[in-house]
Amino acid sequence: MTAEFVQPDLMPALPEMVMLAMTCLVLVVDLFLPQEKRGFTLLLSVLTLALAIGAVILVAPVSSISSFGGSFVLDQMAVVLKIAVCAITIMVFIYSRDYLADHDIYKGEYYVLGLFATLGMMVMISAHSFLLVYLGLELLSLSLYAMIAFNRKSLRASESAMKYFVLGAMASGLLLYGISIFYGITGTLDLTQLSIAVKGPAAEHPVALGFALTFIVVGLCFKLGAVPFHMWLPDVYQGSPTSVTLFIGTAPKIAGFAMAIRLLVDGLGDLHVDWSQMLTALAIASLALGNVVAIAQTNFKRMLAYSTISHVGFILLGILSTSANGYASAMFYTITYAITSSVAFGVLLVLNRKGFEAEEISHLSGLNDSNPWYAALLAIAMFSMAGVPPTVGFYAKLSVLQAVIQVDMVWLAIVAVLFSVIGLFYYLRIIKVMYFEKPVEEQTTTIKEALDVKMLLSANSLSLIFLGVFPSTLMAYCILAFS
Amino acid sequence: MYADWPLLSLAIWTPIFGGILVLFAGDREPSGARKIALMVSIITLLLTLPLYTQFNTQTHLMQFVERHDWIDAFNIEYYLGIDGISMPLILLTSFITVIVVISAWEVIQYRASQYMAAFLIMEGFMIGTFSALDSILFYVFFEAMLIPMFLIIGIWGGANRIYATLKFFLYTFIGSVLMLVALIYMYSKSGSFAIFDFHHLRLSLTEQVLIFLAFLVAFAVKVPMWPVHTWLPDAHVEAPTGGSVILAAIMLKIGGYGFLRFSLPITPDASAELDWLIITMSLTAVVYIGFVALAQRDMKKLIAYSSIAHMGFVTLGFFIVFRIVNSGHGEQGAALALEGGMVQMISHGFISGAMFLCVGVMYDRMHSRQIADYGGVANTMPMFAAFMVFFAMANAGLPGTSGFVGEFMVILASFKASFWIAFLAATTLILGAAYTLWMVKRVIFGDIANDNVAALTDINKREFLFLAILALAVLALGLWPDPLVEVMHPTIENLLNHIANPKI
Repeated sequence: MTAEFVQPDLMPALPEMVMLAMTCLVLVVDLFLPQEKRGFTLLLSVLTLALAIGAVILVAPVSSISSFGGSFVLDQMAVVLKIAVCAITIMVFIYSRDYLADHDIYKGEYYVLGLFATLGMMVMISAHSFLLVYLGLELLSLSLYAMIAFNRKSLRASESAMKYFVLGAMASGLLLYGISIFYGITGTLDLTQLSIAVKGPAAEHPVALGFALTFIVVGLCFKLGAVPFHMWLPDVYQGSPTSVTLFIGTAPKIAGFAMAIRLLVDGLGDLHVDWSQMLTALAIASLALGNVVAIAQTNFKRMLAYSTISHVGFILLGILSTSANGYASAMFYTITYAITSSVAFGVLLVLNRKGFEAEEISHLSGLNDSNPWYAALLAIAMFSMAGVPPTVGFYAKLSVLQAVIQVDMVWLAIVAVLFSVIGLFYYLRIIKVMYFEKPVEEQTTTIKEALDVKMLLSANSLSLIFLGVFPSTLMAYCILAFS
Repeated sequence: MYADWPLLSLAIWTPIFGGILVLFAGDREPSGARKIALMVSIITLLLTLPLYTQFNTQTHLMQFVERHDWIDAFNIEYYLGIDGISMPLILLTSFITVIVVISAWEVIQYRASQYMAAFLIMEGFMIGTFSALDSILFYVFFEAMLIPMFLIIGIWGGANRIYATLKFFLYTFIGSVLMLVALIYMYSKSGSFAIFDFHHLRLSLTEQVLIFLAFLVAFAVKVPMWPVHTWLPDAHVEAPTGGSVILAAIMLKIGGYGFLRFSLPITPDASAELDWLIITMSLTAVVYIGFVALAQRDMKKLIAYSSIAHMGFVTLGFFIVFRIVNSGHGEQGAALALEGGMVQMISHGFISGAMFLCVGVMYDRMHSRQIADYGGVANTMPMFAAFMVFFAMANAGLPGTSGFVGEFMVILASFKASFWIAFLAATTLILGAAYTLWMVKRVIFGDIANDNVAALTDINKREFLFLAILALAVLALGLWPDPLVEVMHPTIENLLNHIANPKI
């Protein structure tokens, strides 16, 4: 019998192919550009991402389609998340330009690595087999390690890259271990077949299944940054160049959410009783630790790291409610959180200039006096993270809480809201510093205003209010993804 | 002619967009920002007037209703409407905001445009809170108004402003998040966030008690009731005059309004079951806080405590109805209690606002709020002294002023429930007179205490204007409260019928 090779349908992967081809082009073109023309690399990178978005819209299917023997799917969720990832990466690239230039790391590699990381995320979002999930994840992670260590003169950046690499490799190992056990029990790497297999013959091995599931959940939570697998997060956030923190803190969260949905819901949906219990404990721990420890921080980046941990707790709440409603809420939450966090880091980047690294909370003092517009933009982001209406953060929390209460876990909702009151305190403190305190002398120099950054950042921040008032514009797509 | 105008939407969004306009007008030309702010606030007042003139006093049904889909996913609607209990509060809001804008005219020099904009935007949110008939819409306005107030106290407040404003925000927020959980819980039962669907939702007693407690925390903090009142004196003392006025005149009323709109109709059985709790808290506020007010040395703090005591009357009036009905006096007495509470809210809005403005007038000249720094102000500021004494009398509940009407109605109704409750409530007539008049005696009368007082100048035209308008309002409501009572009567009757039917 001869093996028959079926030509896979390449169309669903068109955005990824565009990304790959264009990224290679950027890599080569950048080699021949002199330093003062570096702006062209940025332009080309943004164009790449824009083309990828165009390709995603072009191939967007009416219903879910799969290709490459079922290991690659393109469904409504993948379309929305890929557009979100690419759009946020565009913002990341534009916001970082001046920061990179000021720190003498305005190099083409930043963009190439960023584009590869984005490609990895897109693969993760569409992956429907363990193998492809892992490939996408590693492509993302390896690019990120290099991006963090990118400023090789900075000792702190190298340290956090090291830390991230060692812990990240371990988490990947745990994930792989879980995958291999599943493969051992079911004999398949494909998530569709896996979901059938765990119902059937594999259900006779409950211990092995539970064991494997635990490793998968641990690996996943490590990547998401849920307590107690969060240790790397504050150090990496603080140690990385702010331009990279901006990247790590936004788009990869969306990819992490996609991975969670693919593995837990698509693949292991029948074990939901087990993983939902695990996630409950992890979510409560994340909400508690993230919100409480953030209060003690004096470094803005580190504070946002702990705030991320608490937001991951909320995302997990949506997932653990194991209802279509809950997944849609978690998806909405993840996307809007990424948008919010890009505003927070974006404003921080704007405050940086040559020889001055703005990262302490005290560096924000009196921002309303020196620059009321940026203060307002950051204030909107802080209120959104705290979940105060009319910003989108409120609506995101509302929808997650609603999903949790719908499945009769009122107590969990109460725990969540009480911790978000604690969280409110440190977001308010940022506003306090900006609005109620006087600027410190040394940092009152004027902010250099790049018009494109200002416009984009303003649109970015005002979108938080727009989405808060008209959440249906995004929520409709999230609900469609899980209907 | 106004029939097809979306008056409520206009009243909400005019000040919000006006505020944003003022913000962009900036501080380069502060007088421009002030003029726009005054114009916007007057337009808003004019927009709310038809709500009264076109109001149908024969029906308890919602009027000026606007209903559109908002967030389909959760069946959340943009659903506005007013009845007899929300309409007077909306008018109070738009009226007081005009006064606040005038009162801040020359006083606020630091970032005047941001100050004015904060008040206008807050006005929109407050009107929205009173007119929202969808609970999430209500919650959005309810929370959103904290943001401008937080900034007002924090930026333009006194020395200890940061502590006060953080405490204010955190207290109110912790109260309201539990309410949010309760709202979502009821949504999961009824499939709708409309407040009226909650009114008709059947709930077991346990559910009702838990929901009632969640609402209680939210609204008790806002009112504020003893023992969760401690944020109020801090916030009042540190807030700029305008902030204190809005806080006392309107924000506190939102708590009382919440009890009428949510707690009583949604959880009538739990309210009847737990009315002892509220009555105890209210009487404690009236008696104990009355004594606390007596001991204050700071004028603003004294008025803040007197606010808590007066708001105790409001909650007493709202929750004594169950005892009145049980004691066989029927609906007449119960309606009297609820209407008394409502009149007290409106009247307190005028009086406490006026009292804070009076303190503001003195503070602008002397930069001190300490009673001990004053004495014999009547000698140098005779016109001002006349106003201050008048408002103080109203605060003490002098017949003929609005302060008397509400208190009298509530005390009268309480007698039908129990002599001792009425007796304790009536102590306010003594205590209120004691702390207010004693303060007036020390500040206004007597010999000129020091050189600073001797150098005082009497109120100017602007100050005369806003004090005179408020004095007229206090007097009008005191002499002829009928128009107000008439407006709310059908709504109150309907509310009483509703809570008389058990929901279990």
